[in-house]
Amino acid sequence: MVKKRLVLNFPPHLIDRPVTYELITRYKLRVNILKARVTPKEWGRLVVEVSGNKNDLDAALQYASTIGVEIDPLSKGIAWHQELCIECTACTSICPSKALSVKRPEMTVEFDRDKCIACELCIPVCPYEAIEIQL
Amino acid sequence: MAKTIEEINEKIKKGTVVVLDAEEIIEFVENKGLKQAAEKVDVVTTGTFAPMCSSGAYFNLGHTNPRIKLGGGYVTLNEIPAYTGLAAVDLFVGATAIPENDPRNRLYPGRFPYGGGHLIEDLVSGKDVHLTAWGYGTDCYPRGKLDTWINLNDMNEAVLFNIRNCYQNYNVAVNLSDRTIYTYMGVLQPKMRNATYSSAGQLSPLLNDPLYKTIGLGTRIFLGGGVGYVVGSGTQHNPTVPRTERGVPRTGAGTLAVKGDLKQMSPRWLRGASFTGYGATLAVGVGIPIPIVDEEILFYATVRDEDIVAQVVDYSNAYPNCVPESICEVSYAELKSGEITVKGRKVPTAALSSYARAKEIATILKDSIKEGRFFLTKPVEPIPSADSEIEFKFLKERTKTSENE
Ligand code: SF4
Ligand code: SF4
Repeated sequence: MVKKRLVLNFPPHLIDRPVTYELITRYKLRVNILKARVTPKEWGRLVVEVSGNKNDLDAALQYASTIGVEIDPLSKGIAWHQELCIECTACTSICPSKALSVKRPEMTVEFDRDKCIACELCIPVCPYEAIEIQL
Repeated sequence: MAKTIEEINEKIKKGTVVVLDAEEIIEFVENKGLKQAAEKVDVVTTGTFAPMCSSGAYFNLGHTNPRIKLGGGYVTLNEIPAYTGLAAVDLFVGATAIPENDPRNRLYPGRFPYGGGHLIEDLVSGKDVHLTAWGYGTDCYPRGKLDTWINLNDMNEAVLFNIRNCYQNYNVAVNLSDRTIYTYMGVLQPKMRNATYSSAGQLSPLLNDPLYKTIGLGTRIFLGGGVGYVVGSGTQHNPTVPRTERGVPRTGAGTLAVKGDLKQMSPRWLRGASFTGYGATLAVGVGIPIPIVDEEILFYATVRDEDIVAQVVDYSNAYPNCVPESICEVSYAELKSGEITVKGRKVPTAALSSYARAKEIATILKDSIKEGRFFLTKPVEPIPSADSEIEFKFLKERTKTSENE
């Protein structure tokens, strides 16, 4: 069993094709969609966590790239700089995965990298540039 | 038995003073009772650390040779325009000033990554900043242009002077519309998917002295990591709002004007802030000691988050269009729990004011008093309270002078 977090970029002509469905049925992968952005006539972006047998996973990714899906590892991690954070908590109500959370009753802020799905919603919310997208 | 400020200062000198912060005092009084606690405790320290837009600093740069008259001229510091309508080399920089034409602000909503608040933070950090200036040139100030680097040590005076800080209570912001809005209360998601608030609640200075019985012009305070003073009530000071039984205002009410020597301050307590789609500002750390001169003053200082309420206001319509409408009232205890109920729906909450940092300020102030490094002052002038006739006015636009009416 291997698990990978990937960003799948779909060219416009593939938007209507059920690629995720194919990955699940043909390659018996478990696909957990963390984030999806699909706009007609534009590139679609799907952030997924896929897990399955290593050979199946390799074959699936091979297949996806032959049909035109661009695959990037989700290395675009989110970094929280504790020394820049003033612990206002502003980002915590916006974070959908609770990666950014408040410890009560102290009202201090914590970041759990493993929970972060790199949705980037917190980036424009932090007034102190304490959260950064790492490329 | 009442105490005087002089007696408290005497205890500070001797090292026998008893100081608790505004959070600790709650439990202390619960255990000891008001009477005994008022005899025992001399000072309660408060704190707040939040964006405060009506903050700024004035500087005297020192004269150039030959002299230049910046007064009435044009000056930028790291591209932030400074106010020059003063004498030759005096300047004022406000927290919300932004560079002219910063491309990062142009595309909606705009990031406002650098403004007056960030400039003040850079200066306090000891950084060199880029000064460009143009003066119109006179016989006594012949020079026309200046382009140099400067830091805080190079200047004669650098003074933080905030005309409105420490708002006593504030709105809770939500967004009832169906698009995301970008406000000074942060990013508000559509259909009330989040709510933001901005007060340190039970630690906040003016909520612990709700009727301004001890805080006034001349009160020595913790300001931006250094020592500062209250110089009066701040702009928009509005003490006549509805209050709870304890005298705590149910909405934004009193404010303070404060000043202090910027050269003593620290970037930990003066932070430039960027509100996406709104602008730049400065987060200011303020801590105010409350002398426990009698039981009544102590009673006010024991205020708890559950005793303080705030109004939930829609920032998509009510706020911008001055509709005096509160959706409902919630307490700080609810706000701090991470969730409030508005119109029967659960809404996640988050703050803009840092409670954790407010506590740190109250602790620092407590320690400096206990260690004999900070003495209390008696205000030389009170600030207008609930019994004043202050009226909070909106601007009436008109086309003729009032005499003609
Ligand atoms: S990117 Fe930010 S908001 Fe999104 S999950 Fe990660 S921490 Fe939370
Ligand atoms: S919004 Fe920024 S400063 Fe505030 S808690 Fe989150 S990371 Fe920290």
